Amino acid sequence: MEFEPTIVSFLCNWCSYTGADLAGTSRMKYAHNVRVIRVMCSGRVEPTFVFKAFREGADGVLICGCHPGDCHYHEGNYKCLRRYHLIKKYLDQMGIEQDRLRLAWISASEGKQFAELADEMTETIKSLGPCKVKNVMETLT
Amino acid sequence: MANEKPKLKVAIYWGAACGGCCVSVLDVHEKLFDVVAAADLVFWPIALDFKYKDVEAMPDKHIDVTLYNGAVRNSENEHIAKLLRQKSKIMVAYGSCAHMGGIPGLANFTTKEDLFKRVYEETESTVNPDKVRPVPKYKVPEGELELPEFYNDVRALDQVVDVDYYLPGCPPQTERFVEVFMAIVTGAELPPPGSVVGANEKTLCDECERKQTENKLIKEFKRPWEIQDDGETCFLEQGVICMGPATRGGCGARCIEGNAPCRGCYGPPSTSPDPGAKMMSAIATMIDSNEEDEITTIVDQIADPAGTFYRFSLPGSIFRRKLFEKE
Repeated sequence: MEFEPTIVSFLCNWCSYTGADLAGTSRMKYAHNVRVIRVMCSGRVEPTFVFKAFREGADGVLICGCHPGDCHYHEGNYKCLRRYHLIKKYLDQMGIEQDRLRLAWISASEGKQFAELADEMTETIKSLGPCKVKNVMETLT
Repeated sequence: MANEKPKLKVAIYWGAACGGCCVSVLDVHEKLFDVVAAADLVFWPIALDFKYKDVEAMPDKHIDVTLYNGAVRNSENEHIAKLLRQKSKIMVAYGSCAHMGGIPGLANFTTKEDLFKRVYEETESTVNPDKVRPVPKYKVPEGELELPEFYNDVRALDQVVDVDYYLPGCPPQTERFVEVFMAIVTGAELPPPGSVVGANEKTLCDECERKQTENKLIKEFKRPWEIQDDGETCFLEQGVICMGPATRGGCGARCIEGNAPCRGCYGPPSTSPDPGAKMMSAIATMIDSNEEDEITTIVDQIADPAGTFYRFSLPGSIFRRKLFEKE
């Protein structure tokens, strides 16, 4: 059976979630692997959210926020961008492939882009294979 | 005197530790008289000649308080942790290593195989042409010799046995230990099991006396030797990574007073159990740039995020260890 990854995505309420919603209401087809969690802002996504997602069995994590300059809270997405690069460096040090984490800007009108992103990310994670974090942690206890 | 309160029975043990925690207990100095007046030390390998079989001979829950310092690194550490848990009413994880893994926990960045290869084959001072390595069991004419098994993973104490209290620090401040100890002796009401004692709820920044402004902005991260510290300004504002925002106060800001940034030995506050995650969140907010290229340049100046942010807490963190290909 083909490996079906689980991708946890955090979408900001104002742009990206609305964008994903547009993909849905426009009946666009995209990979079912992306599980959406709505947050108020991409700046709300703490590193803990990302680590916990992997720890609980996610194979990939996707964060989406408003385009630079468009943040509902002015600079939440910039904070997210800075965290993203720091987290990626840390993931690499922990032996977790950096491509398992992705940050993308999706506006409220970009339903098509969101659908494409979901497909693309699913393909990337499929080629990486399952994330081993959860299994390794379980054998430790 | 027949109606005198019975003395507390106290055990102190070191797992994978440097001995500093035991010394921090000795550092009570003249207060030692108060301690021995209130307590009998029934087991303390660093100072007293009791054997494991003496502990094994005790009835269950015979010991009132066990202070276990050090991480769990081999089968001996694990065996004694389980034994002491069985024999003790209160189990205290004493010091950073028992609390979250501590410095020995940094071994979770590598594997047993790599460690053994380095130590028994590669170090500059090693002469070992036959590549002899320690084995847990070895037969000699006189019988079989046994060594503890060295584990691949370092664990914090609560990943092996139930822990009632945590007393963090590398080592814990002796004054804070005496406070906690006296609270137990005088029968003061103890916090609920699982609590961190001898440390504050708030972060070190909350009690730090260095000058700080509301908006910390960092354009360039520096190592401590790269700055001319004025002795007054917040280390983060000078571009030096200080673990203050992700570390409990209560240590008396010993490092800060010595003009060194906090390294995080007191562990994270209860609101953010993963210290590195909290620190990454805080540090990233301070980066003074909105341009992706510049952000990556600034982030690259943090030489070792994992080792810096989880210096005392890798086994107790969300990921617990580095993953390797073959796992």
